[in-house]
Amino acid sequence: MNLLIKKGAEANLYLEEWHNREVIMKRRLPKRYRIQKLDKEIRSQRTIHEPHAIHKAKEAGVPTPTIFMVDVAESNIIMEFVDGKQVKKVLNDLPPRERLRISRHIGGLIGRLHKHGIIHGDLTTSNMILTSDGKVIFVDFGLSERSRELETRGVDLHLMKRAFQSTHHKYAKECFEAVMDGYAEVLQEEEAKNVLEKIREIERRGRYISDRK
Amino acid sequence: MPKPNSVASYCLGVESTADDFGVAILSFDGNVLSNANSAYVPEKGGIHPREAARHHAEVAERVFTEAFEQAGIKPQDVSLVAFSQGPGLGPCLRTGATAARALASYLRVPLVGVNHCVAHIEMGKLVTGATDPVTLYVSGGNTIVSAFEAGRYRVFGETLDIAVGNCLDVFAREAGLRQRRGAPFGAIVEEFARKGKTFISLPYTVKGMDLSFSGLLTAAVQLLHEQKHRLEDICFSLQEVAFSMLTEVTERALAHTEKPEVLLTGGVAANKRLQSMLNVIAEEHNAKFCVVPKEYALDNGAMITWNGILAYKSNITVPIEKSFVKLKWRLDEVYAPWVRG
Repeated sequence: MNLLIKKGAEANLYLEEWHNREVIMKRRLPKRYRIQKLDKEIRSQRTIHEPHAIHKAKEAGVPTPTIFMVDVAESNIIMEFVDGKQVKKVLNDLPPRERLRISRHIGGLIGRLHKHGIIHGDLTTSNMILTSDGKVIFVDFGLSERSRELETRGVDLHLMKRAFQSTHHKYAKECFEAVMDGYAEVLQEEEAKNVLEKIREIERRGRYISDRK
Repeated sequence: MPKPNSVASYCLGVESTADDFGVAILSFDGNVLSNANSAYVPEKGGIHPREAARHHAEVAERVFTEAFEQAGIKPQDVSLVAFSQGPGLGPCLRTGATAARALASYLRVPLVGVNHCVAHIEMGKLVTGATDPVTLYVSGGNTIVSAFEAGRYRVFGETLDIAVGNCLDVFAREAGLRQRRGAPFGAIVEEFARKGKTFISLPYTVKGMDLSFSGLLTAAVQLLHEQKHRLEDICFSLQEVAFSMLTEVTERALAHTEKPEVLLTGGVAANKRLQSMLNVIAEEHNAKFCVVPKEYALDNGAMITWNGILAYKSNITVPIEKSFVKLKWRLDEVYAPWVRG
Protein backbone atom coordinates (compact mmCIF):
# COMPACT_ATOMS: atom_id res chain seq x y z
CA MET A 1 0.00 0.00 0.00
CA ASN A 2 1.47 3.31 -1.06
CA LEU A 3 -1.23 5.75 -1.98
CA LEU A 4 -0.59 9.36 -2.91
CA ILE A 5 -3.28 11.29 -1.05
CA LYS A 6 -2.04 14.81 -1.51
CA LYS A 7 0.29 16.33 -4.02
CA GLY A 8 1.22 19.66 -2.54
CA ALA A 9 3.56 22.40 -3.62
CA GLU A 10 5.87 21.67 -0.74
CA ALA A 11 5.55 17.95 -0.13
CA ASN A 12 3.61 14.87 -1.12
CA LEU A 13 1.58 12.87 1.36
CA TYR A 14 1.31 9.10 1.02
CA LEU A 15 -0.92 6.74 2.94
CA GLU A 16 1.26 3.79 3.88
CA GLU A 17 1.37 0.78 6.11
CA TRP A 18 4.15 0.87 8.66
CA HIS A 19 4.44 -1.76 11.41
CA ASN A 20 0.82 -2.77 10.91
CA ARG A 21 -0.34 0.76 11.24
CA GLU A 22 -1.84 3.17 8.75
CA VAL A 23 0.50 6.12 8.61
CA ILE A 24 1.13 9.24 6.61
CA MET A 25 4.49 9.47 4.94
CA LYS A 26 5.31 13.08 4.21
CA ARG A 27 7.95 13.24 1.52
CA ARG A 28 9.63 16.43 0.55
CA LEU A 29 10.67 15.42 -2.92
CA PRO A 30 13.40 17.29 -4.73
CA LYS A 31 11.99 20.12 -6.79
CA ARG A 32 13.36 20.05 -10.28
CA TYR A 33 12.96 23.79 -10.69
CA ARG A 34 15.39 24.61 -7.86
CA ILE A 35 19.15 24.26 -8.04
CA GLN A 36 20.35 21.32 -5.94
CA LYS A 37 22.06 23.24 -3.18
CA LEU A 38 19.08 25.50 -2.47
CA ASP A 39 16.71 22.55 -2.83
CA LYS A 40 18.64 20.50 -0.28
CA GLU A 41 18.80 23.45 2.13
CA ILE A 42 15.06 24.06 2.00
CA ARG A 43 14.05 20.41 2.26
CA SER A 44 16.26 19.38 5.16
CA GLN A 45 15.61 22.57 7.07
CA ARG A 46 11.85 22.06 6.82
CA THR A 47 12.10 18.34 7.63
CA ILE A 48 14.03 19.02 10.84
CA HIS A 49 11.93 21.96 11.74
CA GLU A 50 8.45 20.55 11.26
CA PRO A 51 8.48 17.77 13.90
CA HIS A 52 9.84 20.26 16.44
CA ALA A 53 7.00 22.64 15.75
CA ILE A 54 4.45 19.82 15.91
CA HIS A 55 5.70 18.81 19.37
CA LYS A 56 5.67 22.40 20.55
CA ALA A 57 2.08 22.72 19.34
CA LYS A 58 1.11 19.69 21.44
CA GLU A 59 2.67 21.31 24.49
CA ALA A 60 0.54 24.35 23.75
CA GLY A 61 -2.54 22.14 23.77
CA VAL A 62 -3.16 22.15 20.05
CA PRO A 63 -3.94 18.70 18.60
CA THR A 64 -1.44 17.65 15.95
CA PRO A 65 -0.50 14.27 14.42
CA THR A 66 1.91 12.03 16.32
CA ILE A 67 5.36 11.82 14.76
CA PHE A 68 6.75 8.27 14.41
CA MET A 69 9.95 8.79 12.46
CA VAL A 70 12.07 11.52 10.89
CA ASP A 71 14.54 10.82 8.09
CA VAL A 72 16.46 14.01 7.36
CA ALA A 73 18.70 12.54 4.66
CA GLU A 74 15.67 11.58 2.59
CA SER A 75 13.50 14.46 3.84
CA ASN A 76 10.78 12.07 5.01
CA ILE A 77 8.52 12.23 8.05
CA ILE A 78 6.30 9.33 9.13
CA MET A 79 3.33 10.43 11.19
CA GLU A 80 -0.09 9.43 12.42
CA PHE A 81 -2.88 9.22 9.86
CA VAL A 82 -5.61 11.56 11.08
CA ASP A 83 -9.02 10.31 10.06
CA GLY A 84 -11.31 13.20 9.23
CA LYS A 85 -12.19 15.81 6.67
CA GLN A 86 -10.34 18.93 5.60
CA VAL A 87 -12.11 21.98 7.03
CA LYS A 88 -11.76 23.48 3.54
CA LYS A 89 -14.02 20.75 2.12
CA VAL A 90 -16.79 20.94 4.72
CA LEU A 91 -16.93 24.50 6.06
CA ASN A 92 -19.19 25.95 3.36
CA ASP A 93 -21.78 23.18 3.80
CA LEU A 94 -21.99 23.17 7.59
CA PRO A 95 -25.06 24.53 9.39
CA PRO A 96 -24.41 28.21 10.24
CA ARG A 97 -24.06 27.63 14.00
CA GLU A 98 -21.64 24.77 13.55
CA ARG A 99 -19.62 26.82 11.05
CA LEU A 100 -19.25 29.59 13.60
CA ARG A 101 -18.46 27.14 16.41
CA ILE A 102 -15.67 25.57 14.35
CA SER A 103 -14.30 28.98 13.35
CA ARG A 104 -14.30 30.11 16.96
CA HIS A 105 -12.62 26.88 18.01
CA ILE A 106 -9.96 27.35 15.31
CA GLY A 107 -9.36 30.88 16.60
CA GLY A 108 -8.79 29.47 20.09
CA LEU A 109 -6.26 26.97 18.77
CA ILE A 110 -4.39 29.70 16.87
CA GLY A 111 -4.43 31.72 20.07
CA ARG A 112 -2.77 28.84 21.94
CA LEU A 113 -0.07 28.50 19.30
CA HIS A 114 0.69 32.21 19.39
CA LYS A 115 0.62 32.31 23.17
CA HIS A 116 3.38 29.67 23.14
CA GLY A 117 5.46 31.48 20.55
CA ILE A 118 4.52 29.30 17.57
CA ILE A 119 3.63 30.82 14.24
CA HIS A 120 1.99 28.24 11.96
CA GLY A 121 3.02 29.96 8.74
CA ASP A 122 0.37 28.42 6.50
CA LEU A 123 -2.98 28.87 8.19
CA THR A 124 -5.46 27.76 5.56
CA THR A 125 -8.52 25.58 5.98
CA SER A 126 -6.80 22.84 3.98
CA ASN A 127 -4.34 22.45 6.85
CA MET A 128 -7.03 21.76 9.43
CA ILE A 129 -8.71 18.37 9.79
CA LEU A 130 -12.15 18.05 11.35
CA THR A 131 -12.56 14.66 13.02
CA SER A 132 -15.85 12.84 13.44
CA ASP A 133 -16.03 13.87 17.12
CA GLY A 134 -15.84 17.55 16.20
CA LYS A 135 -12.17 18.10 17.07
CA VAL A 136 -9.88 20.14 14.83
CA ILE A 137 -6.35 18.85 14.23
CA PHE A 138 -3.75 21.22 12.82
CA VAL A 139 -1.38 19.74 10.24
CA ASP A 140 1.48 20.95 8.04
CA PHE A 141 3.90 22.93 10.16
CA GLY A 142 6.48 23.00 7.38
CA LEU A 143 6.45 26.78 7.17
CA SER A 144 6.13 27.47 10.87
CA GLU A 145 8.47 29.66 12.90
CA ARG A 146 9.19 30.58 16.49
CA SER A 147 8.18 34.12 17.28
CA ARG A 148 6.26 36.21 19.77
CA GLU A 149 6.32 39.33 17.67
CA LEU A 150 3.12 41.14 16.90
CA GLU A 151 4.23 41.43 13.28
CA THR A 152 4.52 37.66 12.66
CA ARG A 153 1.29 36.98 14.55
CA GLY A 154 -0.42 39.53 12.34
CA VAL A 155 0.96 38.00 9.13
CA ASP A 156 -0.13 34.53 10.34
CA LEU A 157 -3.72 35.62 10.96
CA HIS A 158 -3.77 37.77 7.85
CA LEU A 159 -3.14 34.56 5.93
CA MET A 160 -6.08 32.88 7.68
CA LYS A 161 -8.27 35.83 6.74
CA ARG A 162 -7.14 35.59 3.13
CA ALA A 163 -7.79 31.86 3.07
CA PHE A 164 -11.38 32.49 4.14
CA GLN A 165 -11.74 35.19 1.50
CA SER A 166 -10.45 33.04 -1.34
CA THR A 167 -12.06 29.71 -0.46
CA HIS A 168 -15.05 30.62 1.72
CA HIS A 169 -15.76 34.14 0.47
CA LYS A 170 -19.49 33.91 1.24
CA TYR A 171 -18.80 33.40 4.95
CA ALA A 172 -15.38 35.04 5.12
CA LYS A 173 -16.39 37.96 7.32
CA GLU A 174 -18.38 36.06 9.95
CA CYS A 175 -15.90 33.19 10.05
CA PHE A 176 -12.90 35.44 10.54
CA GLU A 177 -14.74 37.42 13.21
CA ALA A 178 -15.48 34.15 15.00
CA VAL A 179 -11.80 33.18 14.69
CA MET A 180 -10.81 36.46 16.32
CA ASP A 181 -13.39 35.93 19.11
CA GLY A 182 -11.87 32.55 19.88
CA TYR A 183 -8.40 34.04 19.65
CA ALA A 184 -9.28 36.82 22.11
CA GLU A 185 -10.51 34.24 24.63
CA VAL A 186 -7.08 32.63 24.82
CA LEU A 187 -4.85 35.65 24.52
CA GLN A 188 -5.80 38.77 26.38
CA GLU A 189 -8.51 40.95 24.85
CA GLU A 190 -5.87 43.66 24.59
CA GLU A 191 -3.50 41.38 22.67
CA ALA A 192 -6.23 40.38 20.24
CA LYS A 193 -7.02 44.03 19.60
CA ASN A 194 -3.37 44.80 18.89
CA VAL A 195 -3.15 41.89 16.45
CA LEU A 196 -6.30 43.05 14.66
CA GLU A 197 -4.81 46.52 14.35
CA LYS A 198 -1.63 44.91 13.01
CA ILE A 199 -3.60 42.96 10.40
CA ARG A 200 -5.13 46.21 9.22
CA GLU A 201 -1.67 47.73 9.00
CA ILE A 202 -0.42 44.75 6.99
CA GLU A 203 -3.36 45.10 4.63
CA ARG A 204 -2.59 48.76 4.13
CA ARG A 205 1.07 47.97 3.59
CA GLY A 206 0.33 45.48 0.81
CA ARG A 207 0.65 46.99 -2.62
CA TYR A 208 -2.34 48.92 -3.88
CA ILE A 209 -4.68 48.30 -1.00
CA SER A 210 -7.26 50.98 -0.62
CA ASP A 211 -7.30 52.49 2.80
CA ARG A 212 -10.95 51.96 3.68
CA LYS A 213 -12.03 52.52 7.21
CA MET B 1 -19.56 56.26 -39.87
CA PRO B 2 -20.02 53.04 -37.87
CA LYS B 3 -22.55 53.24 -35.10
CA PRO B 4 -21.61 52.04 -31.61
CA ASN B 5 -23.20 48.62 -32.08
CA SER B 6 -22.34 47.97 -35.70
CA VAL B 7 -20.14 45.02 -36.69
CA ALA B 8 -16.98 47.07 -37.20
CA SER B 9 -16.70 48.59 -33.74
CA TYR B 10 -13.40 49.91 -32.49
CA CYS B 11 -12.22 50.68 -29.00
CA LEU B 12 -9.36 53.01 -28.15
CA GLY B 13 -7.59 52.49 -24.84
CA VAL B 14 -5.08 54.56 -22.88
CA GLU B 15 -2.51 53.10 -20.47
CA SER B 16 -0.68 55.46 -18.12
CA THR B 17 -0.24 53.82 -14.71
CA ALA B 18 3.53 54.32 -14.43
CA ASP B 19 6.41 55.01 -16.83
CA ASP B 20 4.64 53.93 -20.03
CA PHE B 21 2.16 56.00 -22.01
CA GLY B 22 0.33 53.72 -24.42
CA VAL B 23 -2.56 54.15 -26.83
CA ALA B 24 -4.03 51.19 -28.70
CA ILE B 25 -6.95 50.47 -30.97
CA LEU B 26 -8.66 47.08 -31.12
CA SER B 27 -11.69 45.84 -32.98
CA PHE B 28 -14.40 44.41 -30.74
CA ASP B 29 -13.48 40.86 -31.75
CA GLY B 30 -9.98 41.29 -30.30
CA ASN B 31 -7.83 42.27 -33.28
CA VAL B 32 -5.02 44.61 -32.31
CA LEU B 33 -4.97 47.31 -35.01
CA SER B 34 -2.37 49.43 -33.27
CA ASN B 35 -0.45 49.50 -30.00
CA ALA B 36 1.56 52.71 -29.75
CA ASN B 37 3.77 53.49 -26.80
CA SER B 38 6.27 55.94 -25.36
CA ALA B 39 8.29 55.14 -22.24
CA TYR B 40 9.61 57.70 -19.80
CA VAL B 41 13.25 56.92 -19.04
CA PRO B 42 14.58 58.65 -15.94
CA GLU B 43 18.10 60.05 -16.22
CA LYS B 44 18.94 58.39 -12.96
CA GLY B 45 17.15 56.58 -10.13
CA GLY B 46 13.59 55.31 -10.27
CA ILE B 47 10.38 56.76 -11.69
CA HIS B 48 9.56 60.26 -10.50
CA PRO B 49 5.75 60.40 -10.73
CA ARG B 50 5.50 64.05 -11.74
CA GLU B 51 8.31 63.82 -14.26
CA ALA B 52 6.69 60.72 -15.76
CA ALA B 53 3.33 62.50 -15.96
CA ARG B 54 4.99 65.46 -17.68
CA HIS B 55 6.49 63.06 -20.20
CA HIS B 56 3.05 61.53 -20.81
CA ALA B 57 1.47 64.93 -21.45
CA GLU B 58 4.27 65.87 -23.85
CA VAL B 59 4.07 62.70 -25.95
CA ALA B 60 0.29 62.20 -25.80
CA GLU B 61 -0.47 63.88 -29.11
CA ARG B 62 2.25 61.97 -30.94
CA VAL B 63 1.23 58.60 -29.45
CA PHE B 64 -2.47 59.16 -30.24
CA THR B 65 -1.61 60.12 -33.83
CA GLU B 66 0.59 57.06 -34.20
CA ALA B 67 -2.18 54.80 -32.91
CA PHE B 68 -4.69 56.18 -35.42
CA GLU B 69 -2.20 56.04 -38.31
CA GLN B 70 -1.16 52.45 -37.58
CA ALA B 71 -4.78 51.38 -37.25
CA GLY B 72 -5.79 53.23 -40.39
CA ILE B 73 -8.98 54.59 -38.87
CA LYS B 74 -10.25 58.05 -38.03
CA PRO B 75 -11.20 59.24 -34.53
CA GLN B 76 -14.85 59.24 -35.64
CA ASP B 77 -14.62 55.45 -36.17
CA VAL B 78 -14.03 54.88 -32.44
CA SER B 79 -17.13 53.77 -30.59
CA LEU B 80 -15.67 53.19 -27.12
CA VAL B 81 -12.84 54.69 -25.04
CA ALA B 82 -11.08 52.78 -22.23
CA PHE B 83 -8.44 54.00 -19.79
CA SER B 84 -6.38 52.59 -16.95
CA GLN B 85 -8.19 53.83 -13.85
CA GLY B 86 -5.71 52.26 -11.39
CA PRO B 87 -3.72 51.07 -9.58
CA GLY B 88 -0.73 53.26 -10.24
CA LEU B 89 0.98 56.60 -9.76
CA GLY B 90 -1.49 59.46 -9.30
CA PRO B 91 -0.06 62.08 -11.67
CA CYS B 92 0.46 59.50 -14.41
CA LEU B 93 -3.02 58.01 -14.07
CA ARG B 94 -4.60 61.47 -14.13
CA THR B 95 -2.80 62.45 -17.33
CA GLY B 96 -4.07 59.38 -19.20
CA ALA B 97 -7.55 59.70 -17.71
CA THR B 98 -7.81 63.34 -18.79
CA ALA B 99 -6.94 62.46 -22.40
CA ALA B 100 -9.41 59.54 -22.40
CA ARG B 101 -12.24 61.63 -20.93
CA ALA B 102 -11.64 64.43 -23.45
CA LEU B 103 -11.77 62.01 -26.37
CA ALA B 104 -14.88 60.17 -25.11
CA SER B 105 -16.66 63.44 -24.48
CA TYR B 106 -15.68 64.89 -27.88
CA LEU B 107 -16.77 61.74 -29.75
CA ARG B 108 -19.83 61.26 -27.51
CA VAL B 109 -18.98 57.60 -26.93
CA PRO B 110 -19.02 55.60 -23.67
CA LEU B 111 -16.02 55.52 -21.32
CA VAL B 112 -14.76 52.44 -19.43
CA GLY B 113 -12.34 52.50 -16.48
CA VAL B 114 -10.08 49.46 -16.45
CA ASN B 115 -8.08 47.85 -13.65
CA HIS B 116 -4.48 47.60 -14.80
CA CYS B 117 -3.81 44.22 -13.12
CA VAL B 118 -6.97 42.57 -14.44
CA ALA B 119 -6.08 43.95 -17.90
CA HIS B 120 -2.72 42.17 -17.74
CA ILE B 121 -4.49 38.85 -17.12
CA GLU B 122 -7.16 39.38 -19.78
CA MET B 123 -4.59 40.38 -22.42
CA GLY B 124 -2.50 37.36 -21.49
CA LYS B 125 -5.52 35.12 -22.03
CA LEU B 126 -6.27 36.75 -25.40
CA VAL B 127 -2.77 36.38 -26.83
CA THR B 128 -1.88 32.95 -25.40
CA GLY B 129 -5.28 31.30 -25.62
CA ALA B 130 -5.31 30.50 -21.89
CA THR B 131 -8.87 30.09 -20.62
CA ASP B 132 -8.73 29.82 -16.83
CA PRO B 133 -5.13 30.21 -15.63
CA VAL B 134 -3.27 30.66 -12.39
CA THR B 135 -1.50 33.91 -13.24
CA LEU B 136 1.86 35.03 -11.93
CA TYR B 137 2.07 38.77 -12.59
CA VAL B 138 5.55 40.06 -11.86
CA SER B 139 6.81 43.57 -12.58
CA GLY B 140 8.51 46.54 -11.00
CA GLY B 141 5.36 47.47 -9.12
CA ASN B 142 3.46 44.19 -8.70
CA THR B 143 4.00 40.61 -7.55
CA ILE B 144 0.70 38.78 -7.57
CA VAL B 145 -0.50 35.19 -7.90
CA SER B 146 -4.12 35.25 -8.99
CA ALA B 147 -6.85 32.96 -10.27
CA PHE B 148 -10.51 33.41 -11.10
CA GLU B 149 -12.99 32.19 -8.49
CA ALA B 150 -16.68 33.09 -8.18
CA GLY B 151 -16.97 36.30 -10.15
CA ARG B 152 -13.59 37.83 -9.42
CA TYR B 153 -9.89 37.38 -9.88
CA ARG B 154 -8.75 36.39 -6.39
CA VAL B 155 -5.35 37.09 -4.95
CA PHE B 156 -3.80 33.79 -3.85
CA GLY B 157 -0.48 35.30 -2.96
CA GLU B 158 1.34 38.59 -3.15
CA THR B 159 4.35 40.39 -1.84
CA LEU B 160 4.15 41.70 1.70
CA ASP B 161 6.63 44.46 0.91
CA ILE B 162 8.41 45.27 -2.38
CA ALA B 163 7.76 43.80 -5.84
CA VAL B 164 10.26 41.30 -7.23
CA GLY B 165 11.06 43.61 -10.17
CA ASN B 166 11.77 46.40 -7.74
CA CYS B 167 14.08 44.08 -5.79
CA LEU B 168 16.09 43.32 -8.95
CA ASP B 169 16.12 46.98 -10.08
CA VAL B 170 17.35 48.36 -6.76
CA PHE B 171 19.99 45.64 -6.52
CA ALA B 172 21.23 46.44 -10.04
CA ARG B 173 21.48 50.14 -9.23
CA GLU B 174 23.37 49.37 -6.02
CA ALA B 175 25.76 47.21 -8.06
CA GLY B 176 26.39 50.17 -10.36
CA LEU B 177 24.91 48.44 -13.41
CA ARG B 178 23.47 50.60 -16.20
CA GLN B 179 20.33 49.83 -18.13
CA ARG B 180 20.27 50.22 -21.87
CA ARG B 181 17.37 50.77 -24.25
CA GLY B 182 15.87 47.33 -24.79
CA ALA B 183 17.82 45.93 -21.84
CA PRO B 184 16.26 46.96 -18.54
CA PHE B 185 17.90 46.16 -15.19
CA GLY B 186 16.19 42.77 -15.00
CA ALA B 187 17.71 41.69 -18.31
CA ILE B 188 21.17 42.82 -17.19
CA VAL B 189 20.93 40.95 -13.88
CA GLU B 190 19.86 37.92 -15.95
CA GLU B 191 22.95 38.26 -18.19
CA PHE B 192 25.23 38.27 -15.15
CA ALA B 193 23.32 35.45 -13.45
CA ARG B 194 23.85 33.23 -16.48
CA LYS B 195 27.61 33.45 -15.84
CA GLY B 196 27.23 32.64 -12.13
CA LYS B 197 28.63 29.37 -10.84
CA THR B 198 28.62 29.42 -7.04
CA PHE B 199 25.42 29.59 -5.06
CA ILE B 200 25.53 31.78 -1.96
CA SER B 201 22.75 31.27 0.63
CA LEU B 202 20.34 34.19 0.88
CA PRO B 203 17.13 34.58 2.94
CA TYR B 204 14.25 32.63 1.42
CA THR B 205 10.99 34.13 2.70
CA VAL B 206 7.69 32.46 1.92
CA LYS B 207 4.84 32.96 4.37
CA GLY B 208 2.08 30.66 3.27
CA MET B 209 1.33 32.02 -0.15
CA ASP B 210 2.77 35.43 0.50
CA LEU B 211 6.29 36.55 -0.21
CA SER B 212 8.76 39.05 1.10
CA PHE B 213 11.67 40.41 -0.92
CA SER B 214 13.01 43.21 1.25
CA GLY B 215 15.20 40.94 3.41
CA LEU B 216 16.54 39.23 0.32
CA LEU B 217 17.42 42.60 -1.22
CA THR B 218 19.20 43.79 1.93
CA ALA B 219 21.22 40.56 2.17
CA ALA B 220 22.17 40.65 -1.52
CA VAL B 221 23.29 44.29 -1.23
CA GLN B 222 25.34 43.35 1.84
CA LEU B 223 27.11 40.68 -0.22
CA LEU B 224 27.96 43.40 -2.75
CA HIS B 225 29.51 45.59 -0.07
CA GLU B 226 31.51 42.69 1.36
CA GLN B 227 33.32 42.53 -1.99
CA LYS B 228 34.16 38.88 -1.43
CA HIS B 229 32.02 37.41 -4.19
CA ARG B 230 31.80 37.72 -7.94
CA LEU B 231 28.90 39.88 -9.08
CA GLU B 232 27.88 37.03 -11.39
CA ASP B 233 27.51 34.70 -8.40
CA ILE B 234 25.46 37.20 -6.42
CA CYS B 235 23.13 37.84 -9.38
CA PHE B 236 22.81 34.07 -9.86
CA SER B 237 22.00 33.47 -6.18
CA LEU B 238 19.59 36.39 -6.01
CA GLN B 239 17.68 35.15 -9.05
CA GLU B 240 17.63 31.54 -7.85
CA VAL B 241 16.21 32.46 -4.46
CA ALA B 242 13.71 35.06 -5.71
CA PHE B 243 12.41 32.89 -8.53
CA SER B 244 12.28 29.71 -6.42
CA MET B 245 10.08 31.63 -3.98
CA LEU B 246 7.79 32.77 -6.80
CA THR B 247 7.62 29.27 -8.24
CA GLU B 248 6.84 27.68 -4.87
CA VAL B 249 3.94 30.08 -4.29
CA THR B 250 2.63 29.65 -7.82
CA GLU B 251 2.79 25.87 -7.46
CA ARG B 252 0.87 26.07 -4.20
CA ALA B 253 -1.88 28.10 -5.90
CA LEU B 254 -1.90 25.62 -8.76
CA ALA B 255 -2.18 22.63 -6.41
CA HIS B 256 -4.94 24.41 -4.50
CA THR B 257 -7.06 25.53 -7.47
CA GLU B 258 -6.24 22.73 -9.95
CA LYS B 259 -6.45 25.18 -12.84
CA PRO B 260 -5.53 23.98 -16.35
CA GLU B 261 -2.96 26.69 -17.14
CA VAL B 262 -0.14 28.77 -15.70
CA LEU B 263 0.12 32.26 -17.18
CA LEU B 264 3.24 34.37 -16.72
CA THR B 265 3.02 38.10 -17.40
CA GLY B 266 4.52 41.48 -16.42
CA GLY B 267 7.98 42.89 -17.08
CA VAL B 268 9.83 40.10 -15.24
CA ALA B 269 8.04 37.49 -17.42
CA ALA B 270 10.77 37.97 -20.03
CA ASN B 271 13.30 36.24 -17.74
CA LYS B 272 14.23 32.86 -19.21
CA ARG B 273 15.21 31.33 -15.88
CA LEU B 274 11.86 32.18 -14.32
CA GLN B 275 10.10 30.80 -17.40
CA SER B 276 11.95 27.50 -17.17
CA MET B 277 11.10 27.10 -13.45
CA LEU B 278 7.41 27.70 -14.01
CA ASN B 279 7.41 25.39 -16.98
CA VAL B 280 8.57 22.58 -14.70
CA ILE B 281 5.72 22.99 -12.21
CA ALA B 282 3.14 23.40 -14.98
CA GLU B 283 4.28 20.07 -16.44
CA GLU B 284 4.13 18.36 -13.07
CA HIS B 285 0.55 19.48 -12.51
CA ASN B 286 -0.53 18.72 -16.09
CA ALA B 287 -1.14 22.38 -16.76
CA LYS B 288 -0.26 24.28 -19.90
CA PHE B 289 2.42 26.93 -19.46
CA CYS B 290 1.75 30.23 -21.24
CA VAL B 291 4.15 33.17 -21.38
CA VAL B 292 2.83 36.48 -22.58
CA PRO B 293 5.11 37.93 -25.28
CA LYS B 294 7.02 41.06 -24.25
CA GLU B 295 4.90 43.44 -26.33
CA TYR B 296 1.83 42.54 -24.24
CA ALA B 297 3.55 41.54 -20.98
CA LEU B 298 5.01 44.99 -20.37
CA ASP B 299 2.53 47.79 -19.69
CA ASN B 300 0.70 48.48 -22.94
CA GLY B 301 -2.40 50.19 -24.29
CA ALA B 302 -3.76 47.06 -25.99
CA MET B 303 -4.53 45.31 -22.69
CA ILE B 304 -6.52 48.29 -21.42
CA THR B 305 -8.41 48.45 -24.72
CA TRP B 306 -9.22 44.73 -24.69
CA ASN B 307 -10.39 44.77 -21.07
CA GLY B 308 -12.47 47.85 -21.94
CA ILE B 309 -14.22 45.89 -24.70
CA LEU B 310 -14.89 42.92 -22.38
CA ALA B 311 -16.32 45.17 -19.68
CA TYR B 312 -18.42 47.15 -22.17
CA LYS B 313 -19.93 43.93 -23.52
CA SER B 314 -21.02 43.22 -19.92
CA ASN B 315 -22.62 46.68 -19.79
CA ILE B 316 -19.91 48.21 -17.62
CA THR B 317 -19.17 51.87 -18.37
CA VAL B 318 -18.37 54.85 -16.20
CA PRO B 319 -19.91 58.35 -16.45
CA ILE B 320 -17.18 60.95 -16.96
CA GLU B 321 -18.06 62.80 -13.76
CA LYS B 322 -17.47 59.58 -11.77
CA SER B 323 -14.32 58.47 -13.53
CA PHE B 324 -11.87 59.36 -10.77
CA VAL B 325 -8.61 57.45 -10.83
CA LYS B 326 -8.09 54.86 -8.08
CA LEU B 327 -4.46 54.77 -7.00
CA LYS B 328 -4.79 51.66 -4.84
CA TRP B 329 -7.43 49.67 -6.71
CA ARG B 330 -6.90 45.98 -5.93
CA LEU B 331 -7.62 43.45 -8.64
CA ASP B 332 -9.82 41.42 -6.29
CA GLU B 333 -12.14 44.41 -5.93
CA VAL B 334 -13.11 44.12 -9.59
CA TYR B 335 -16.31 42.25 -10.39
CA ALA B 336 -15.61 40.49 -13.70
CA PRO B 337 -18.92 39.25 -15.15
CA TRP B 338 -17.33 38.78 -18.59
CA VAL B 339 -15.43 35.74 -17.33
CA ARG B 340 -17.27 32.45 -17.47
CA GLY B 341 -16.59 30.27 -14.47
